[in-house]
Amino acid sequence: MPTVFIPGSMRELSAGQAEIEVRGSTVREIISELDRSHPGIKDWLVEDNRLKPNISVAVDGVVSPVGLLQDVAEDSEVHFVAAIAGGRS
Amino acid sequence: MPRKVQVQTKINGEDVEFLCEPRQSLLEALRDIVGLTGAKEGCNDGNCGACTVLFDGRIVTSCLVLAVEAEGKQITTIEGVAMGNELHPIQQCFLEGAALQCGICTPGIIVAAKALLDQDTNPSEEKIRLWLANNLCRCTGYDKIVRSVQAAAGRMQEAR
Amino acid sequence: MSTQNYEPNMVLSTTEFDVIGTRPVRHDGADKVTGRALYGADIELAGLIHGAILRSPHAHARIKSIDTSKAEAHPAVKAVVTSADLPDAGDEIIDLGEGATPLKYLRGNVLASGKVLYKGHAIAAVAANSLHDAQEALKLIKIEYEVLPPTLTAPDAMRDGAPILHEGLKTTELGKPTDKVSNVASHFQHVKGDIAAGFAEADLVIEREFNTATVHQGYIEPHNTTVLWNNDGRVQVWCSSQGAFAIRDTTAAILEVPVSQVKVTPMEIGGGFGGKIPVYLEPVAAVLSKKSGHPVKIVMSRADEFEATGPTPGSCIRVKIGVKNDGKMVAAQAWMAYEAGAYPGAMIVPGSMCVFAAYDIENIVIDGFDVVVNKPSTAAYRAPGATNAAFATESIVDEIAEKLGIDPLDLRLRNAATKGTRRADGPKYPRIGCVELLEAMKNHPHYNAPLEGPNRGRGVAIGFWFNAGLPSSCSMSVNADGTVMLIEGSPDIGGTRTSIAMQAAEVLGIAAEDVRPTVADTDSVGFTAVTGGSRVTFATGIAAIKAARDLRDQMIQRVARIWDVKSEDVEFEKGVFMSSNGTKNSISFKDLAKQLTSTGGPIVGRAAINPPGVGGSFSGNIADVEVDPETGKVTILRFTAFQDAGKAIHPSYVEGQMQGGSVQGIGWALNEEYFMNPEGKMMNSSLLDYRMPTSLDLPMIDTVIIEVPNPGHPYGVRGVGEANIVPPPAALANAIYHAVGVRMDRLPMNPVAVMEAIWKKEGVPA
Repeated sequence: MPTVFIPGSMRELSAGQAEIEVRGSTVREIISELDRSHPGIKDWLVEDNRLKPNISVAVDGVVSPVGLLQDVAEDSEVHFVAAIAGGRS
Repeated sequence: MPRKVQVQTKINGEDVEFLCEPRQSLLEALRDIVGLTGAKEGCNDGNCGACTVLFDGRIVTSCLVLAVEAEGKQITTIEGVAMGNELHPIQQCFLEGAALQCGICTPGIIVAAKALLDQDTNPSEEKIRLWLANNLCRCTGYDKIVRSVQAAAGRMQEAR
Repeated sequence: MSTQNYEPNMVLSTTEFDVIGTRPVRHDGADKVTGRALYGADIELAGLIHGAILRSPHAHARIKSIDTSKAEAHPAVKAVVTSADLPDAGDEIIDLGEGATPLKYLRGNVLASGKVLYKGHAIAAVAANSLHDAQEALKLIKIEYEVLPPTLTAPDAMRDGAPILHEGLKTTELGKPTDKVSNVASHFQHVKGDIAAGFAEADLVIEREFNTATVHQGYIEPHNTTVLWNNDGRVQVWCSSQGAFAIRDTTAAILEVPVSQVKVTPMEIGGGFGGKIPVYLEPVAAVLSKKSGHPVKIVMSRADEFEATGPTPGSCIRVKIGVKNDGKMVAAQAWMAYEAGAYPGAMIVPGSMCVFAAYDIENIVIDGFDVVVNKPSTAAYRAPGATNAAFATESIVDEIAEKLGIDPLDLRLRNAATKGTRRADGPKYPRIGCVELLEAMKNHPHYNAPLEGPNRGRGVAIGFWFNAGLPSSCSMSVNADGTVMLIEGSPDIGGTRTSIAMQAAEVLGIAAEDVRPTVADTDSVGFTAVTGGSRVTFATGIAAIKAARDLRDQMIQRVARIWDVKSEDVEFEKGVFMSSNGTKNSISFKDLAKQLTSTGGPIVGRAAINPPGVGGSFSGNIADVEVDPETGKVTILRFTAFQDAGKAIHPSYVEGQMQGGSVQGIGWALNEEYFMNPEGKMMNSSLLDYRMPTSLDLPMIDTVIIEVPNPGHPYGVRGVGEANIVPPPAALANAIYHAVGVRMDRLPMNPVAVMEAIWKKEGVPA
């Protein structure tokens, strides 16, 4: 089952848990599953059927350009991170 | 508005005549009146060298020269460095040596380097750095610029 | 490696290609060395008039009234505008690829309304026949201010009772909104492991505080824009910027017009480094143009550049690291407060991601604060936030190495991040090159070269930048002579149009010179994100590779038809199509190109992507310095820059990035700062007194390119533009320590700062 890493700012919603195994084959499915056992998480992350503008999702270390539509494998790690693309040269 | 002044000068070997206000700098005249935009404005107070031209062979920051001072003088700009359709060895070496990234400082640096190599055919690294010290470059760190001037000196010596 | 037979600028290449890795002359070269290349300020249009902007003389004030009547009456003035001429921003959020920002902040920064928040904050603008007339007319605008006290550093702005910049700004505390009105826009935290347990098992704990001053990107070409609000309602923009689409979208949002109504043509750009991503001038020039009926050009003066664009945050950083006696780091903690300038959005998040990014540490806590102050609104500056952070961490790592008696590179190797290391902000690293970088540094002749003489010392430091992906588009067509036109949308700050062309050439088996790249306007190419985040060679490169493959596949189909075979039976290698079913057909790319029109028509390849698979880049420096113990002047004797490029497409331009970033880092380390007086005015807003390195200040900057290929790019590319500015201040601080025995905790380490540190060490009264 994929593992979701809960950032510090969300730990209240996850009853303090830092890592939760969650069933799902896309980020959207995973968030829905998470919300079932920990209500409130979906509202924290999602708005208008997309990830909120200040939030990105990284699957297996790679920030996904497609947000909720990103596929998630059986042994994937899913991290929610602040959406900063970073700097410029 | 003050009456405009007529200036007769020589730019890159060609006779040029223009009208300008007394308060306009040579940089303004070149860019906005004569239409030679190769010299760039980076600071307008003589501290970046992007506006470098030769004034009777001397390196000057054209933002600190009044346009009216060009009367009767020989001005060389970046547009006058190439020999017709053929690039000057400095220009060729800059391209081969990747001595430019954004290129905004390049016209001023090439003009200053030309003044140096016209009077010293084999300058040391320190002398090159000294002569280019008033030309700021923010992209390259100067390494490839200095190496390209050295290469150009070598190429110009071979050609003699 | 022998010190005698040593060649500078090594490329530790791991794979060889035909075009990639060579050094062709850049496609825009002739124009750039002859002065023909057109930068933003060079454009001329019929009827062009000139704009000038009136800026606040106060760092913090309420605007009580604005009277533009006398300026409007000036005979040479064609239009006057204030923020009243821009539509209200409401609550819209805009995303430029840097993260979401409220539109009202961007709009407020373009033309102030209600309050001015920094000296230089734009309030009104005038367009007139000549720039001189416009500047004179500015003096006729009368503004009444109620001057307010300013706050100028993060620690000061964070204290209770500090002057408040935005009455509606309430702190977001650990992800949750609060009701506390303050200058702290947000406080966030990254937590890994158990920090208390970590420090409890440490044999040695070092904790220090570091402060860094505001610095500017220092691009030589000032911001410029020319805008025509045309009779058909289309807004045409010609400007130097790092992203035509970003300018288009932000300008359209501020003006409240559809994006299709705005066309941005990117002119050649004279440096950006992050500072030419935000919008400052376009909306102002647009409304001046609308009011006057003329195209309007606005070019910033150098003083305005310093006072009213986007420098990088000054910062206050406390770092605490705990290690075992064998050098293993067991705990690390950082408290980082970054100045955002007038509006929230300091690059504290990337800074917090990079502060311990080079090391595999079990237990970490990072607290980050985004703090507004009465200074210009900060923008990105080459690996934004990371240089400040590395100055702190790498200084402490050096101190640990000395106290434990471990070689500074060995200490880093013992703790180096590798594939699978988990960063404090969450994700695990894919394949990265930190270990390879450190080994290259250890084995380099510089590290082992003798350094003799008094007041001389050697310092090392490393740094990291994670780089960006983001969308890019590309289209490609074949000419009858076998050359290929490549259309892309990434403004070229440093030679990228050539490295993109080289990647396409590699796919097609033709010479780099036979691919002609054009950087196109927003009408002519698909959406492409900004030139920034070290993304162009990676992401626009992948777009070019995919477009080239699309082209190649269509040509395979075409030649299959010509030979009357199946496409699957056609192979393509090194520019030659061959049939693989026993028949001996073969034709070169060039020769096939001649036949396209007569065999079915032109062929165009295309790609539009938002690629995953970004690879981060590690960089390192070895610096030798000599410190004058009587003046505090630091002379750099020798400087070597190392960086993992994944694969250097054009090694000369990768070296150039490494050298340029190193020298910006050197300036940041030794001289550059915004010298503010207590009223919040910058006292050194000229290139004379804002002291950037000149050719006379530096030796050659030797480079070593390491290649640990990024699995996410077909040729292994990792972005290289930014990571190289991260280690220099720390490397120089460590070198200064080894030269004269003082640990510097403040940037810049200018002669005054160095002398004060020496005097303090010697017990000399200040």
